[in-house]
Amino acid sequence: MTHTEHNSLAADTATRVAGLNEALAVMPDETGHFGPYGGRFVSEVLMTALQELDEAYRRLKHDKKFMADFHYDLQHYVGRPSPLYFAERLTQQAGGARIMLKREDLNHTGAHKINNCIGQALLAKHMGKPRVIAETGAGQHGVASATVAARFGLKCRVYMGADDIARQSPNVYRMKLLGAEVVPVTSGSRTLKDALSEAMRDWVTNVDDTYYIIGTVAGPHPYPMLVRDFQSVIGTEARQQCLQQFGKLPDAIVACVGGGSNAMGIFHPFLEDSQVRLIGAEPAGRGLATSQHAAPLSRGSVGILHGTRTYLMQDEDGQVLDTYSISAGLDYPGVGPEHAWLKDIKRAEYVAVDDQRALHAFRQCNLLEGILPALESAHGLAHAMELAATMDKEDIIIVNMSGRGDKDIPTMAKIDGMRLD
Amino acid sequence: MGRITDCFQRLAGTGQKALVVYVVAGDPTPATTVPLMHTMVANGASMIELGVPFTDPEAEGPVIQLAHERAMRHRVSLRDTMNMVAAFREQDQSTPVVLMGYVNPIEAMGYEKFASLAAAAGVDGTILVNVPPEEGLVLDTALLAKGIDPVYLLAPTTPEARARMIFERSRGFTYYVSLKGTTGAGNLDVGEVQERVAEFKTYATTPVVVGFGIKDGVTAAQVAEVSDGAVVGTAIVSLMAAHEQQPEQLAEAVAALVQEMRTAMDTVS
Repeated sequence: MTHTEHNSLAADTATRVAGLNEALAVMPDETGHFGPYGGRFVSEVLMTALQELDEAYRRLKHDKKFMADFHYDLQHYVGRPSPLYFAERLTQQAGGARIMLKREDLNHTGAHKINNCIGQALLAKHMGKPRVIAETGAGQHGVASATVAARFGLKCRVYMGADDIARQSPNVYRMKLLGAEVVPVTSGSRTLKDALSEAMRDWVTNVDDTYYIIGTVAGPHPYPMLVRDFQSVIGTEARQQCLQQFGKLPDAIVACVGGGSNAMGIFHPFLEDSQVRLIGAEPAGRGLATSQHAAPLSRGSVGILHGTRTYLMQDEDGQVLDTYSISAGLDYPGVGPEHAWLKDIKRAEYVAVDDQRALHAFRQCNLLEGILPALESAHGLAHAMELAATMDKEDIIIVNMSGRGDKDIPTMAKIDGMRLD
Repeated sequence: MGRITDCFQRLAGTGQKALVVYVVAGDPTPATTVPLMHTMVANGASMIELGVPFTDPEAEGPVIQLAHERAMRHRVSLRDTMNMVAAFREQDQSTPVVLMGYVNPIEAMGYEKFASLAAAAGVDGTILVNVPPEEGLVLDTALLAKGIDPVYLLAPTTPEARARMIFERSRGFTYYVSLKGTTGAGNLDVGEVQERVAEFKTYATTPVVVGFGIKDGVTAAQVAEVSDGAVVGTAIVSLMAAHEQQPEQLAEAVAALVQEMRTAMDTVS
């Protein structure tokens, strides 16, 4: 091969790779699809509202004032940037790669959820919607939505499954303190998926004055895109912090996946860095071999629910299955459509972590680092520790510590047979 | 030509409007559905929308949500629903039956397999609440190949340009969701509905049928004045809950309600 030929081949490869990377970064397409996934499977009543939201967002994301307002609040209200912390004792315990924690648990309200809520509350303000609604499972997104509603002077109603309300009473009270109305949902399985359906029913009815703050990278287009974009601040910071601290990119990133917003937020800025492994940890509940888990990427099949086509926990008749996880925030039968796409094209890997492994990681994180992680985040940590053991000491794994575990104290106390009152 | 188009032509001949009735397949029990379909036709129903039970009926109000839950308790599937249509066809070859519901059971079955089985069972059309035309292209190809009409929906929020696009894609008829809300909501503004339907009719390329929020004969008659038909769903489904344990009383109550609607609609047309 001549020098020129070689150069041209290299250039060609570079173009092809750049093309591929660009294709990854600019997903979804114009109509809101990530390959075969995503889209807009909703009632006609909502189509115009979704188009308006899409147009408003596409305009505002290039609006300097809007983005400045967003970043101002991320810095001064949420407390960003969140640290990238070297978990030295967890690393020693695991015995391998360095484990770094991206401390989203230190955010105002205690989880990554607030990043997205700030962005969407600003959108609601710009679109002239005085009322916001949200669905919530564990209550983290409900609290974050109620928080931004208070901060921006919006009326707020949160839909929450009746069973989740019983499990998460501190968060319910907290939302009420923030001035939100919490509506128990008694239909279906009385959990997160039913709360989402009920929020969609509210939106259909009050679409003129109401903005629906979806809490994860699911739902109809443009939600998977805009929630991802607002959460991408996690990955953008982590990338810079890693380069600053180590002069290189991480070897792997691990994040828990329910709907998948914290994972998408930390993955997205690394999509083009093909040497960085992106690993999502789904909840395996009582085990993938049982029916009691919530791991659609590991054990589900393609279906359509809540406005989007994605992997879903369903039976052969296309009926959605009840799911189970010790972590209410991961207890959802679907997953964001971009994760479905990243799985299919093999840019991200998805593993499943059961309750026991998550609980073990939860306890180790408390004992060895003095950090109380959310049970959700403990799923990611559990996998990261096992992965670290198989890697070199010079390698770096970033775990998205997506939330803090104060809300899980009643659940944990019950497991340990402690009475708190 | 399909049964739906035949039906509208027949009605046009008699000067009547279509009375479209909705029940969920298997509500309150699987054995009730087919006899009830015949009862409704005998009492003046022009067309039947048969709801396909689904675990997550996003667009329904509380009454129809419970109907889906009752049917799901009997594990009534899409395949069972089509079997009910086939059983209905043993005695009734002319009344159109349209399946109404959510796309996931069809997605799980596969579009082509669904279209074949539905056509063989005697299904005439589909109304899929969560499939706007943009997402229905592939499914439509499968349906049209088997002579099944994809019926699309219009909403109060649909602007004219979009409504024209929806008419282009809709076959058999087009369904106007007459209120912003879920099925059975109580805030129907009849004047507004009449105005909007009259506007649609200036460029409609299919009949326009109005549904959501039609509770009684008076409303049905007012809606029928300007449209090609009215859908009665929640009002019928409420009877299922009220007479869950008494199938004979249920049949009588449904017959009386359908008759009342028919009479009221015939008075205006």
